[in-house]
Amino acid sequence: MILVNNDTKLVVQGITGSEGSFHTAQMLEYGTQVVAGVTPGKGGQKTDAGVPIFNTVEEAKDATQANTSVIFVPPPFAADAIMEAVDAELDLVICITEGIPTADMVKVHEYMAGKKTRMVGPNCPGVISPGAGKIGIMPGFIHQEGKVGVISRSGTLTYEAVHQLSSRGIGQSTCIGIGGDPIIGSNFIDLLNLFNQDEGTDAVVMIGEIGGTAEEEAAEWAQKNFTKPIVAFIAGTTAPPGRRMGHAGAIISGGKGTASDKIAALKAAGIAVSESPAGIGELMQEILMK
Amino acid sequence: MNIHEYQAKEIFRKYNVPVPNGGVAYSAEEALSVAKSLDSNIFVVKAQIHAGGRGKAGGVKIAKNLDEVTLYANEILGKTLVTHQTGPAGKTVGRLLVEEGIDIARELYMGIVLDRQTGQFVFMVSVEGGMEIEKVAAETPEKIIKEWIEPGMGLQAFQARKLAYALGLQGVQVREAVKFMFALWNAFDASDASLVEINPLVVTGSGHVMALDAKMNFDDNALYRQADILEYRDLSEEEASEVEASSYNLNYIKLDGNVGCMVNGAGLAMGTMDIIKLYGGEPANFLDVGGVANPDTVSNGFRIIMSDSNVKAVLINIFGGIVRCDRVAMGIILALEKVKVNVPIVVRLAGTNAEEGARLLANSDIDFIVATSLAEAAEKVTAAIKE
Repeated sequence: MILVNNDTKLVVQGITGSEGSFHTAQMLEYGTQVVAGVTPGKGGQKTDAGVPIFNTVEEAKDATQANTSVIFVPPPFAADAIMEAVDAELDLVICITEGIPTADMVKVHEYMAGKKTRMVGPNCPGVISPGAGKIGIMPGFIHQEGKVGVISRSGTLTYEAVHQLSSRGIGQSTCIGIGGDPIIGSNFIDLLNLFNQDEGTDAVVMIGEIGGTAEEEAAEWAQKNFTKPIVAFIAGTTAPPGRRMGHAGAIISGGKGTASDKIAALKAAGIAVSESPAGIGELMQEILMK
Repeated sequence: MNIHEYQAKEIFRKYNVPVPNGGVAYSAEEALSVAKSLDSNIFVVKAQIHAGGRGKAGGVKIAKNLDEVTLYANEILGKTLVTHQTGPAGKTVGRLLVEEGIDIARELYMGIVLDRQTGQFVFMVSVEGGMEIEKVAAETPEKIIKEWIEPGMGLQAFQARKLAYALGLQGVQVREAVKFMFALWNAFDASDASLVEINPLVVTGSGHVMALDAKMNFDDNALYRQADILEYRDLSEEEASEVEASSYNLNYIKLDGNVGCMVNGAGLAMGTMDIIKLYGGEPANFLDVGGVANPDTVSNGFRIIMSDSNVKAVLINIFGGIVRCDRVAMGIILALEKVKVNVPIVVRLAGTNAEEGARLLANSDIDFIVATSLAEAAEKVTAAIKE
């Protein structure tokens, strides 16, 4: 497994908001070590489940040894929340918030350069290492412990793929939603690199979608560097150009970012591509049988 | 969000980016009065629609006198323009921009977009002005010169000079172009733009640098802090059903097929469209109902989908995570009491409490076609179309 393991100690930024409090309860139920929450002005209080609340991330870290943060802060304040977690030198910050202005993320991207913290998201379902911990909003029960990694730009489409894997008895090492925005903290290559070094991962499912060129770059990188099999699916073959398909980053612009370009690049790199979103689990099963 | 050229030029003027004198007109009379107010003998009458390629489609005319302004205004207003960006149905012209004619010595290109790879905004110029820039980028990428903007620092003078020299500008034009670029960057930065394009940027006969065209798009996520920009939204440029959907917080995009879809999550919604096509159908829409598929969102979703008369069957695909499938099933049943749907409905529920959800649907008075897997759902909905 990568990113989230049994040593993960989580601080929830925005723990007293409706999303934050609901998902904190869900994460605790899954067994995630939620050690702290942060809501400025509510420091010193505790949540109903007894999680201590702090005014700042730094205080939370000093008091609880939290090493990972998850952000449920509303979009106007989310970029600031990310930078606070980076400033506190946490290992990992996972930003669930959808709708952060691009200009704010450009600043965050610059702020993070050369810093210790890794970011996943924003606009993502989070990260789960089945059995060890769930950080985010995904339904924990569809996952199974195992040796297939999942990296995806989507939320519910990831659940669909995981469901197909689990129902075939194929468990997962770690599943990461990297987010649907144009600027994200960790891309396919960053995470493939971690999966490459992870002995607990035998193969990876990669789910991309229209917009940008991240899949093409990952295909080229994987062909040279990645030693394990990959099964890919690209959503948006039927998406019209120039329209933002829900996610801020899912748009075909200037003739770039089409599904067919991405599928061609993946196939050229020797990666198995499922034509159908219903065929991801089956294709992985075939590859693991070989 | 997109805006019109005349609106982008209003923003340009506010930030001191030089543009031709002119104004918007909704009628031939208004066009004439705008033209009369201009100190010029030659006028340009430009159709205002949210799409490029207007010139080739007959939406831009040069008028050599005031009579011709009236003539062309009457000709273009109400006309449906079909360009490479409008789709086959085209767009009807409701507004004109009437401008003074400009003596053009050179046509150049300038733009600012987000570079996803570096996570920075990038300033781009090219001497290939007036051409389709996508074509230039694909065929002769070396003809597009770029400078990346350091976040927090903004555009630097040396970068603007490099771009100006790359455009082959000389002497006083370089100073003018540098000033132009600073003004443009300020307009872009202050308004949370996601794209600005000037094609063509011109050098006039008297040697001045000017934005002959102007295109701006804005980051939807930042509109909450851009009240002035939001004022520019022209709902008549958007699909009525999409505007209605956005008022319900639904994400809907109308397409040309006949299988309506209702899905939770953008990626799964795209995947559902794709699998319908794989099984020989054509999706009628993209519709992401988001995380909460309750009776209200579902009935609004049905209303939007059924407003499209092409729809011959509906596929509902919900992957229950936090949202429970039995609740979704109840929502669907309650929604159908409010909205009449007289085409086959295929429902596929997976995830949390999927079996209970399926049982509720089966025991209801409505004839649902229930599917358990995504493939089965696609198969059943395309079969329903053919019946």
